[in-house]
Amino acid sequence: MGGAVIFQYTRLANGLEIIGEYMPHSRSVAVGFFVKTGARDERPEEAGVSHFLEHMVFKGTKRRTALDVNRDFDAIGAIYNACTGEETTLFWATVLPEYLFSALDILTDILQPSLRQEDFDTEKQVILEEIRMYEDQPMWLAYDEAVALFFRDHPLGHRILGTVESITALTREQMRDYYQRRYVAGNIVVALAGRFDWEATVNWLHDHCGPWPKGATPRQLVPLEPRPATKVVPRSQVNQEHVFLLSPAPPGESKDRYAAEVLATIVGDDIGSRLYWALIDTGRADSADMSYHEYQGAGAFFTYLCSEPDDAAENVAIALETFRQVAQEGVTDEEVAQAQSKLASRWVRGNERPQGRMQSLGYSWVYLHEYRSVDEELARLRAVTPQQIRAFLEQYNLLEPTIVALGPLTELTSPALAG
Amino acid sequence: MAEVYHTTWPNGLTLLVEEMPEVRTAALSIWVPAGHVYDPPQRLGTANVLSELIMRGAGPRDSRRLLLDLDALGVDHGETAGSFHMSFRAGTIADNLIPALRIFADIVRRPHLPEKEFPAVKELALGELDSLEDEPREKLLVELARHYYPPPLGNDHRGEREHIESLTLEEVRQFYQQTFRPQGTIISVAGRVNWSEIRAVVEELFADWTNAAEPTWQLGPEPEHRAHLTRPTQQTQIGVAYASVPFGQDDHYAARAAVAVLSGGMSSRLFTEVREKRGLCYAVWASYHSFKDRASVFCYAGTTAERAQETLEVLLAELRRLPEGVSADEVQRVQAGLKSALIMHQESASARAASIASDWYFLGRVRSLDEIQHEIDTLTPQRIVEHLRHYPPRNFTIVTLGPKPLHIPEDLAN
Repeated sequence: MGGAVIFQYTRLANGLEIIGEYMPHSRSVAVGFFVKTGARDERPEEAGVSHFLEHMVFKGTKRRTALDVNRDFDAIGAIYNACTGEETTLFWATVLPEYLFSALDILTDILQPSLRQEDFDTEKQVILEEIRMYEDQPMWLAYDEAVALFFRDHPLGHRILGTVESITALTREQMRDYYQRRYVAGNIVVALAGRFDWEATVNWLHDHCGPWPKGATPRQLVPLEPRPATKVVPRSQVNQEHVFLLSPAPPGESKDRYAAEVLATIVGDDIGSRLYWALIDTGRADSADMSYHEYQGAGAFFTYLCSEPDDAAENVAIALETFRQVAQEGVTDEEVAQAQSKLASRWVRGNERPQGRMQSLGYSWVYLHEYRSVDEELARLRAVTPQQIRAFLEQYNLLEPTIVALGPLTELTSPALAG
Repeated sequence: MAEVYHTTWPNGLTLLVEEMPEVRTAALSIWVPAGHVYDPPQRLGTANVLSELIMRGAGPRDSRRLLLDLDALGVDHGETAGSFHMSFRAGTIADNLIPALRIFADIVRRPHLPEKEFPAVKELALGELDSLEDEPREKLLVELARHYYPPPLGNDHRGEREHIESLTLEEVRQFYQQTFRPQGTIISVAGRVNWSEIRAVVEELFADWTNAAEPTWQLGPEPEHRAHLTRPTQQTQIGVAYASVPFGQDDHYAARAAVAVLSGGMSSRLFTEVREKRGLCYAVWASYHSFKDRASVFCYAGTTAERAQETLEVLLAELRRLPEGVSADEVQRVQAGLKSALIMHQESASARAASIASDWYFLGRVRSLDEIQHEIDTLTPQRIVEHLRHYPPRNFTIVTLGPKPLHIPEDLAN
């Protein structure tokens, strides 16, 4: 590689934070506006508003119609999009360096959306189509059911898309109210990565975002108290059985997040993991993977199994036995080393280009308020030991997951599960 | 862009290397001319089964050791049975590329294809077919290809359930013997690597590989260009396909630009007319696909059953309207998008490894950045419209999947 990367940070008077990492060998620059708001911050009567608002942000401003927004982005060859999660809504663009200020002009403009009634009504139809698209995908249906059962009335159980009912009932006034509450400068982080001039960019942002309303919107953190449960959702028109197992994991700000990532890789990476050898290599399941989901103040391991219905109960029993072995007997040095190599390689590759780097930087700042270079991240990854994994597993019980099965089955039973 | 080095050995195997000294990673692609077009007609799915079985032990490593060793090198990899090639893709940090290449040489040349793994691999292949039924969009696209291209070009790599159930290990081994050969194999490497070092290693690993007789395949009859699959889904999936210019022939750049006018950025026509103005669907797009001798544009939209008829009609009308003209503004946006993608690809070892292999397969050479840039710069509305006169979007293949069939407006469809 060669050429040191340089990190910089500043905060405007209204609370807007700006972070950037200069990557001397890149040929592009990525910029993201991370708004610290998402499904968990919604009131019950506004379910789905974060995501719907993310769409409405592209529908125009005082200066631009919806078509202008798209045309202006396309005219500079931008790669751009937005995504909404449980706790962050991200608007981003990657462009050639000469177009950075054009991209910033569009992004900062659309973050003051007009929310016109006519656009609101048309886009509502698009959101309803998006919900129905997922309803035709059993994996996502099972995912939603599992999240609802695991988090119960915890705010992290909110559906990002909302429901057909909540979206149909949502009004423009409710959306405007949510926007005014959540889209304030103190709740937004701007992250840049790639080839750009830090000072000129900060000056530009100072002039254009300086007037944004200040204020912060502290998030109420409710403790998560999982109560294990099992639910079978019969769907006769579905072909395969789609099963999720959710168990508690360290929160995003925990020092154990690296160990949690290593554990998920050992247990459930899509290739070469314990679940792979037990379920995929043997042809018992088409999918068997575990991933670590981190949130502010909470975390969860998501395990997904997909197989023919007849094998589902036994596969769940095998997954539970895998969890038991890991929790009671621990993992080996070799497994930890193997997972570390895999993750290190993925992280290096994922952070090599401005777009991936910008996202890592931004999310890391949102969660930890801390900068970590890729090499620092790798050092923390390499420091994980089997003992550390064992220690955190005493705190986070892997053995009593919440289980949801969706598919042809009406019950999930096998001799192994009964025991 | 750095120079792309290449050499072809007497046995017909080509190596392409692009040195990218500014990155810290490297990517590898191996294209072996052993795609699913060579599946025996009564054993559709053989290549796909082989693509899984071939990873279950090779050279000195058994199945477990093989994956452990790739993991230890931090290699993310994927194996796919495409139409004409079985492709092996791997990415890792640069220092581990050569050790990974050595493992892949064993996989390609000395796979165990072990008996004890065969039943599980068949189960997986059958499971893939079952899972496809739970993914309506993917299912629709599989059926669209099947109804557009004659077999075996339109076949899905997953094959047929009954064929896989009857498939024997002997048949898979035979398929391997008949199709795996150096003639036409392309190995491409991009990243922080050294050309002469890679060339020496590939020479050592592959130069003594010998050819078997070239396998053959036969083009089947034209399929029925209309179909509906009845499914109790919320949305109706709509697929439309029509002919375009193959990669490397005639005015292929104008063909790509025409597709970008339809479905490049979010200001493109399909997104604007179908989604932004009418709110008819969440997903709508068109994409270009090419074989050496024929090419197509595939269009997709997914929408609630009640609105599917209108969506189909708007979609077809947009396609039909395309040859009437393209504006200078639209062409400018297409150029900006293509230029930006071209430059950003230079940051990615895996994008470069894939791109140089594809160029070599289609063109027998690797296009320079200047050449592509020139083609982008010289795109004009006239050039695109001229292309569309020769290849007007019409005579559509139309496939739908959902609760009930749609009415096909024949004036628009033919």
